Formats: sequence, structure tokens, C-alpha cells
Amino acid sequence: MSSLTTTEADQAASARSKKRLTAFLFVVPLLAFILLTFVAPIGSMLWRSVHHPAVAELIPLTLVELQRWDGTALPDETTLNVFAQELHGLAKERLSGKLSEELNRAYTGMSSVVKSSARRIARIETEQLATQGAGTLLKAHGNWSKPEVWYAIKRAGAVYTYDYYLTALDLELHPEQGIQVREDTQIYLQLYGKTLNMALVITLFCALLGYPLAYYLAGLPENRANLLLVLVLLPFWTSLLVRTTAWIALLQTNGVINSFLLSTGLISQPIEMLYTSFATVVAMTHILLPFMILPLYSVMRGIDPSYLRAALSLGAKPIPAFARIYFPMTLPGLSAGALLVFIISVGYYITPALVGGTDGQMISNIIAFHMQRSNNWELAAALGSLLLGLILLLYWVYDRFVGASNIKLG
Amino acid sequence: MKIPAYYGFWHHLGAWLLKTSSWLVLLFLIMPILVIIPLSFNVEPFFSFTEGMLTLQPEAYSLRWYREIFNDPKWILAIQNSFLIGIFATLLATVLGTCAAVGLARDDMPYRRFITALLLSPMIVPLIITAAGMFFFYSNMGLAGSYLGVILAHAALGTPFVIITVTATLTGFDYSLARAALNLGATPLRVFFDIIMPLIRPGVISGALFAFITSFDEVVVILFMAGPQQRTIPRQMFSGLREQINPSILAIATLLILVSIALLITLELLRRRSERLRGVELIE
Repeated sequence: MSSLTTTEADQAASARSKKRLTAFLFVVPLLAFILLTFVAPIGSMLWRSVHHPAVAELIPLTLVELQRWDGTALPDETTLNVFAQELHGLAKERLSGKLSEELNRAYTGMSSVVKSSARRIARIETEQLATQGAGTLLKAHGNWSKPEVWYAIKRAGAVYTYDYYLTALDLELHPEQGIQVREDTQIYLQLYGKTLNMALVITLFCALLGYPLAYYLAGLPENRANLLLVLVLLPFWTSLLVRTTAWIALLQTNGVINSFLLSTGLISQPIEMLYTSFATVVAMTHILLPFMILPLYSVMRGIDPSYLRAALSLGAKPIPAFARIYFPMTLPGLSAGALLVFIISVGYYITPALVGGTDGQMISNIIAFHMQRSNNWELAAALGSLLLGLILLLYWVYDRFVGASNIKLG
Repeated sequence: MKIPAYYGFWHHLGAWLLKTSSWLVLLFLIMPILVIIPLSFNVEPFFSFTEGMLTLQPEAYSLRWYREIFNDPKWILAIQNSFLIGIFATLLATVLGTCAAVGLARDDMPYRRFITALLLSPMIVPLIITAAGMFFFYSNMGLAGSYLGVILAHAALGTPFVIITVTATLTGFDYSLARAALNLGATPLRVFFDIIMPLIRPGVISGALFAFITSFDEVVVILFMAGPQQRTIPRQMFSGLREQINPSILAIATLLILVSIALLITLELLRRRSERLRGVELIE
């Protein structure tokens, strides 16, 4: 083969880059759209988990004063006076409630302390506070004389912080001992563990129920298998809320299953099934089962049955033949299905929220709780970022071994 | 399943066990859906079968809960919203997704793997995270509590399905058809609409159906981002299930099951058409 001249090579290169550009141009609109409507919002969540200017905006001058403080004894009188003046200002503008909420997160019990002190300080003139603020404050509540409280205020005032990640991992920062495990409340790690555990149980159930069914369908003639696959696809296409509603109707105390069991005399008291982790697992297994069956079935359809027949006719016992010949060939489908079911169930929200009660809650539910009820958006963002990290890791594995675009939709 | 002649007793038992367990799993899959339908005709405000229903007495059944839905302005608004948001989100997702899938299917697409994974990620990222992020971001943009915000959010969630279905119809696509048309003087736009589009249409339509059902069924983003004006059917069901459970939810659920059956039939017809068009047996 004769080598190309420089011009020919240039032409080929420019033709190729033109082609690459054309291909890219097709993707640009969607790429821009997804970056704007999906990636940017998630970025804003990550940002919020480390960026927290609320306290810094409420008491800026106190925080400047606190920078001089070494953190061991009580801050000096000037600092306390400045804080008293700022608290007075906040009380007048009806913002002391916001400060009490913020400081309560940094130091438990500060909510009522800030509120009562703010009420007391609001009655005193600002000029008077400039000199006597410290005394008034210390008289208002004993907490103000604790160095830990001021340490907590100083930390809460940091605009950029990793405190929410510490909280999300049940850790806390001590002025002296450094980072250590929280003593009072350890909820989040336990909840992460429970979530992973439940996702694993759901994945296992899906595999146990899905594998025989997929195997049975793969052995049927195509027409008949397609007919039965409708029974798999119909729940897949049915609204999530419809299926969750169905499980509520089935599992309720006076629901279908309990009435049936009572009428047959198998039980004399209705069983409490709804609002437990059992309900979450059953309903989610039902919802996610098609995600397991579809890839398994697709892989099994592609396996030539003569392999297994050959092994059997050569004298292999059925179970070893199945385990050593057939099963390994189905592993791609099984792992694709299992990974997908696991990924989806780890982040599930709606079904546990509706059927899980307090016992069947998962990490998503506590994120929703902090978003909607306790309004601790920064903590919700930190918990969400950790969950997102886990999901992206699993997604990376899925993409590497299965390929993201090979998800079976029917 | 055909049982070969060399099968002994244990083989027969095994085949029987497999068949029985498979039918039990199928029952598990379909039963919850089947239970809802008769319960929605319950004359009593319960979620369980009454004595009269089991003995098939006509007065135990009624259309009471269906009447209740269609007389309740909240449900009417929710139905309108679901279709309005669903249709616009689907249009947006289908146009953007199809275009991107055509680009991604080309051999000379740079960074294909990464871009594909990125574009499919809305399907994988937990909705609670998406919803929380969208709440922060769209509130800052002034889009929270608006139809536009919800439509954009739902379109983003629907695009991965369009990419997957269109990419599936594009595998094995014969590009010489497009090149021939270009050589014969057709404009690229005409090639797209007259050559490529007819061949990938089944994928585009099934992608659109997936995008629609995604929006139609979505509730987490709505919970976080939408105002009371944008309440959709699933949102209304969610609060119904949390606050006062009554069988009107079962009635709407039955209607939604009919919608899914219609979509499923359309999809099956499309699949057959796609196989015929491409002249290949597809193993799905």
C-alpha cells in the first residue's frame, strides 16, 4: 500500500473531523437540554450540601469577632456585646426564629435559648447593649457561658462546610478530640445499612421469582411465550401508584388477604402486614420483578437448548448439568437484571412512603423528610449526595458490564 | 414445554414444579391488578370484598366512585393536567431524543460511551435526588410551581427511553440507503424525513409512548416542584392514599389500567410492524 501524500492525509483527517462534528451536532440539542434541566439541578444540590451562608448572613459581625477567638474559654466581652446587638436587630426584624432554627441544628437545645434571649434583648436599647450586652446575655441563659455553644456558632457560621456530611455519616467534630462518632443520635448509617439490606432482599426475591419464570418462558414456543409475556409487561406498564394502591388493598388489616385468611379459618386475628418493612419488600418485589425477568428472558432465548441436551444425553445428572452448563450462560442476564433492580430499589421513595410505615422507610424517605418537614435542606442535600455517589458507582459498573443502552424495556 | 422421551420420573417432577412455580409467579404479577378492578365497583367505601360482592349480588356493585371522580373538580383538573403535561413533555423528549439517538448511532460519534451514559442517567438517578435538585434549581429560576418547569423536568426524565428505543431500531441500519439518497441529490433534511424516519418510526413511537407513561406516572418531582395548580392524577392519588383512603382511587386506578392496556397493545402492534419492515426476526 502506497503511503498517502500530506494533502491526502489532511483531506482524510478533515473529512473525518467533519463527520465527527456532524454526529456531534445531532446530539448537541439534547446534551444542552439535559445539562440545563437535569445536570445543573443536581449540581445545585451538591453545591447546597457544602455551601451554607444562612448563619453568616444573619450574624456577620459576631462571626468576624469570633475569628479572633481561640476556642478555649468564653469569647471576650466585645464579641458577646456585638452578638447581643445583632440578636436585638434580628428580633426587631422577626428573624430570630430563623437563627434559633439554624443554631439548634449546630447545638441541640439552642432553639428555645435563642428565642427566650431574643425576647429579653429586644426590650433593651441598642446603645445600652453595646456595653451591657454580654451581661444581659449571660443572665438570659446559662448556655451562653458555655464555650461549646460559641464553638458551635462559629462552625455554623462558616459559609463553606462539610458539617452536613459529618452529620449524614453520624460523625461530629469536637473542639479538642477532632472528628468522632456521634454519641447522642446515630440514625443515618443505620438507615443506609437498612436500605442496602432491603434492596438486597428485594433483588434476591426478584431473582428467585424471576429466574424460574424466565426459564419456563424461554422453553415455550415463541407465540405462547409472547402471550404469557403480556402478563409480565402489563404490570410493568401499569402506573406505580396503581400497583401500590393494589398492595394497600391486599395487605390492609381488613384487606383482601386478611379477609380471605379469616374466612378460611387459617387465622383468627387479622395479621398486621401494611405499614411494615414486609409490605415494602413485597410491593417493591412486585414492582421491580419485570426488570429482572426481561433481561433474563432475552438471554435465555438466545441460549441453544442443545447444549443442555448434549450434556444430559452424555450422562450428566440434570442438576449438575444445569448448574455447570446452563446457569453460567444465563449470568449476563442475571447480573444485568440484579444490578438494575438493586440500583432502582436503593433510591426508591414512593412505595416505602405509602406502604412502609415507620419500619419500612428507606434513605430516600429521610431525604424527603428533611426536604419537606424539618426544612434542613443542607442535610437532605448531603444525604442525597452520598446516595448519588453510591448510585453512580453502581451505574458505572452496570455501564461497564452491561452497557447503559442495553436496558430492556420489553 | 415439550418433554423429551429420555426423561425419567424426576425430570417429569422437575418440569411440573417449574410450570407450577412459573404460573404462581405470573399470578403474583397479575393478581394485584386484577383485584383492583372489581373492588372499584364496590358500593361500600371499603378496600375489601363485601359479602354481597362475593355472592355476586347486583346491589353490592355500583358506579358510585366513578361518578364521584367525574363530579370532583380536583380530579378533573388532575386528569387535564396529566394529559397536558404528558403531551408536551413527550413532544419535547421525542424530538430531542430521536435526534440524539441518530447522532449516537453513528460510528464517528466522539465520546459516545460517556455521552450515552450521561444522557441515560435521568433514568438511573433516584427520583428523590432529581426532585430535590430540581426544587433548588427551578425555584431559583422562578420555574417551580409552573407548568413550564414541570414539563421541562418530565421531558428530561423521558428522553432516555426515547434514546433506547430509537437506538434499538437503528442497530443494523443500512447507511448506504442514506448515502444513496444523498448521492442522488436529496438534501440532508429530506434524507432524514424520507429515508431514515420511516425506518425508525416504530422506535420513535414506542419511545414516545414510554416518555408519555413516564410523565403520566411521575409523582416525586411533582410533589417537590409543582404548585397546587399542577396537581396530576398520581399526585392526587398519592395524597388520597396518605390522607383519606376511599375507593375513588380504585376507580381512577382501573381507568389507568385501561390506559396501560391500550399502550401495551399499541406497542405490540408496533413491534410486529418493525419486525416486518426490517425483515428480520428480532429476539427480544
